[in-house]
Amino acid sequence: MIAEAGLAALWLAAALALLQLFLGAAALRPEGGQVIASVRPVAVAQGLLSALSFLLLIQLFLATDLSVKLIAANSHSMKPWLYKFAGAWGNHEGSMLLWVTVLAVAGAAVALFERRLAERTVIATLAAQAAIGLGFYAFLLFASNPFERLNPAPPEGNGLNPLLQDPGLAFHPPTLYFGYVGISMAFSFAVGALLTRDVGPTFARAMRPWVLAAWIFLTLGITAGSYWAYYELGWGGWWFWDPVENASLMPWLAATALLHSVTVLATRGGLRVWTLMLAVVAFSMSMVGTFLVRSGILTSVHAFAVDPRRGLFILILLGLYIGGALVLFALRAHTVKEGTTFEAVSREGALVANNLLLSAILGVVLVGTLYPLGLEVATGDKLSVGAPYFNAAAGPLALALIATMAAGPLLRWRRDSLAALVRRIALPLLLMAATCLLILLLAPGIRVLPLLGLTLAAGTAAASLGPLWRRNPRRTPLFTWGMAVAHLGIAVSLAGMASEAAFTRETLVAARPGETVEVGPYRVQLTAVEPVAGPNWTALEGRLTASRGGSAFSMTPQARTFSSPPTDTSEADIATMLDGQLYTVIGRPDEQGRWQLRLWWKPFVTLIWLGGALVALGGILSLIGRIRRGRPAKVEESFA
Amino acid sequence: MKAKHQRLTLLLLALAAVLGAVLLAMSALRDQASYFYAPADVVRKGLPLDKPVRIGGMVEEGSVRHAGDGVTIEFVVGDETDATIPVRYRGIVPDLFKEGSGVVAEGRFQPGGLFVATEILAKHDENYMPPKLAGERHKAESLQ
Amino acid sequence: MKRLLLWAPLAVFAVFLAVVAVRLGSGRDDTVRSGLVGRPLPQFSLAAAAPGKPGLSSADFMKGEPRLLNVFASWCVPCRVEAPQLEELRRRGLPIDAVAVRDRPQDVAEFLKRHGDPFERVGGDPDRGVQLALGSSGVPETFVIDGRGIIRHQHIGVINPDDLQKIVAAYEAAR
Repeated sequence: MIAEAGLAALWLAAALALLQLFLGAAALRPEGGQVIASVRPVAVAQGLLSALSFLLLIQLFLATDLSVKLIAANSHSMKPWLYKFAGAWGNHEGSMLLWVTVLAVAGAAVALFERRLAERTVIATLAAQAAIGLGFYAFLLFASNPFERLNPAPPEGNGLNPLLQDPGLAFHPPTLYFGYVGISMAFSFAVGALLTRDVGPTFARAMRPWVLAAWIFLTLGITAGSYWAYYELGWGGWWFWDPVENASLMPWLAATALLHSVTVLATRGGLRVWTLMLAVVAFSMSMVGTFLVRSGILTSVHAFAVDPRRGLFILILLGLYIGGALVLFALRAHTVKEGTTFEAVSREGALVANNLLLSAILGVVLVGTLYPLGLEVATGDKLSVGAPYFNAAAGPLALALIATMAAGPLLRWRRDSLAALVRRIALPLLLMAATCLLILLLAPGIRVLPLLGLTLAAGTAAASLGPLWRRNPRRTPLFTWGMAVAHLGIAVSLAGMASEAAFTRETLVAARPGETVEVGPYRVQLTAVEPVAGPNWTALEGRLTASRGGSAFSMTPQARTFSSPPTDTSEADIATMLDGQLYTVIGRPDEQGRWQLRLWWKPFVTLIWLGGALVALGGILSLIGRIRRGRPAKVEESFA
Repeated sequence: MKAKHQRLTLLLLALAAVLGAVLLAMSALRDQASYFYAPADVVRKGLPLDKPVRIGGMVEEGSVRHAGDGVTIEFVVGDETDATIPVRYRGIVPDLFKEGSGVVAEGRFQPGGLFVATEILAKHDENYMPPKLAGERHKAESLQ
Repeated sequence: MKRLLLWAPLAVFAVFLAVVAVRLGSGRDDTVRSGLVGRPLPQFSLAAAAPGKPGLSSADFMKGEPRLLNVFASWCVPCRVEAPQLEELRRRGLPIDAVAVRDRPQDVAEFLKRHGDPFERVGGDPDRGVQLALGSSGVPETFVIDGRGIIRHQHIGVINPDDLQKIVAAYEAAR
């Protein structure tokens, strides 16, 4: 009953999307005056029905209704309720339904709240949004029905894989989906504005909150994903340049560029065509990312339920949407008014440089991710592109980008002088020199790149606080705080990355119980290895005592075996201190009674994710600041 | 007009950035991308020295040796031909690593033919198949 | 000139689509589960795939006792890997028949000679018709069929020594 209701709601939502598209198209014609008023309500209704459909799916999961194929395949009556809930989107069909629902709800939000933008442009945006939704509705209804029944219902579900019952794994995907959907909305705005030839500051202000929101979610999703991989995979690494990771990084890079470009358009009326192009690129990256992940076309250490047929469908959608948008762009871009001019040395100039560098990094990552695919099609050779390539190609660009990010906010709009910039940046530069000397004194053997990173991080951290310098905190707009915090977050993250690269100490030994080894400032003793058991696993647990100076504490890494499905995993034990993390892994015993131990001391590694959280916080502050403002933002911002 | 001039400048800058990125990427790929070698490929194409390389194949039965330090392991990788690659790895091997099973390793060849692995690849999922072997292990037909 | 440049992104995108579509079309390892577990074996009748061995038909699986059906090919490398396990299953008393996909009699004979012959019957499936009807998407795959011709279990990929227990259990359950 519930499943049928859910399916019915989904059909209705799809029908409404179709109606929304037709009404929108009709309303844009010269004689379409009467239908204009109907588009917004239809969008709201579509959002409600889509949400209803998804809520019903959640209900089915919570009740573990095994007569529904999706629940039987992915859930289990014994699953903790949190994972039953998360199970609703932890599969292909459910996640597609989530995507469609969030997109529809976003469209409803635009329909309800967007009042500043010209009505025709809003209608065109909603029509574009409906068109995007339709493709996914079609996919769901004809090829991935989440409400399909199973007759007879099996006595129990299939989905009790304990490896998948992990909070990170459960909540990481929706975070990214919200990001992708926000970008889809921004894309809809861009298409709408192109259609109605309304590419100006008002359009940018309407689009900006969506870009910000999407960007915040992507930042959070990537940060969380990185930390999850770090503690779960047991290799001590925090980024592997895996195609699936890149699939979330590329939209983030494009969204960051778009975020800065749309701000220029909103406040200065410049970079119009650029903003449009970036919106298309950002959307393309999110769809390409989704495609790469689901189609199985690239091998990755992530195991998704891959299916070339799904990949083909998404590819077709991708072709339609992006191809359509690019055709529209090619036809209409020349009608977009010129933006206001600016000098090379100016805030706009710095933002252009920022965008160029981001685009270059995006290009490098895209080439690295797709090159194995292209090569295999062309020559049949198999090739893998990993960290060495990405670090070599993107690393220097990223450092240049961060330097630009440090200097940009300190420049005035429209026209500034290099001399003035140097004056404002003198203090951060001094700090950089001091940091560099200090590090060379304390750690003379440090490699060039991490040294550069740490130095740059120090200078950038100081520079990012520049716009707040000597301002009355209460009179400073919230979005200025947001900018400062976000840029500070990048500097913090960079410091963590550089520190991890430069100062990590590793010890890999085979030790007998009773033996002590050293790693960094710690002395670690393997006291014993004991068998332990959990609810659905057994493990060999290493009992370690770590000491440094006076204090000592215990650590218990495990080599764990699950029974159903039969799997072996390594559960690292990580101890977090103020100045770093002690990361311990236990391996196999050998015939002589020795146990493999891999220990890392990673100074300040937590800064990487702390920085990421700060970046997201900065975004949130900015978003609140923009939404609260209501009226157009102030044009000029001054500083000491 | 200054504005038109500006737009053209920006466009050219964008093109330059994209071109520059692609050139940078190609140059980095040449040096840093790692080609995949099965044992038969080593025989056919010769030892790839001075480059990071990925090898894959089956761990030959009875070939695994543990070194005295307890953390170094040596084994031999073979494929359906008679070619083999001797491998040495220092580290904790993933649990999916065993004799008679597939393996993919990243590292470099030494002049004598020994492959020194820096990473043994495995997934945290029991269904992982090394890419080349996936083509072999379960020959699936194409989409049509 | 600028107008022409505006079409450049579309051109680049079109190239990307083309490359990816080709790659998608050329296939990837894809374990597509047969929807036939619990359903009857599709009707088929195959000629002998190797000299000296009878061919295989669906009627052979309706004789009251469960049997194993192994889908393999002489050109399939992993099939060699699972040969010892098939031998072991036969040794334990499980009767096994096979379908040789896209193969030639002399190659099948050579394969059986080199890697062991645990099969009672081998049917030749030159155009994959039976393989597809079985819902099998690649080789090797092994099915447990009960005595009434109903598919009870599907094992995709190589049968490893650890998998033997599962297959034997499925065979016992099919009695």
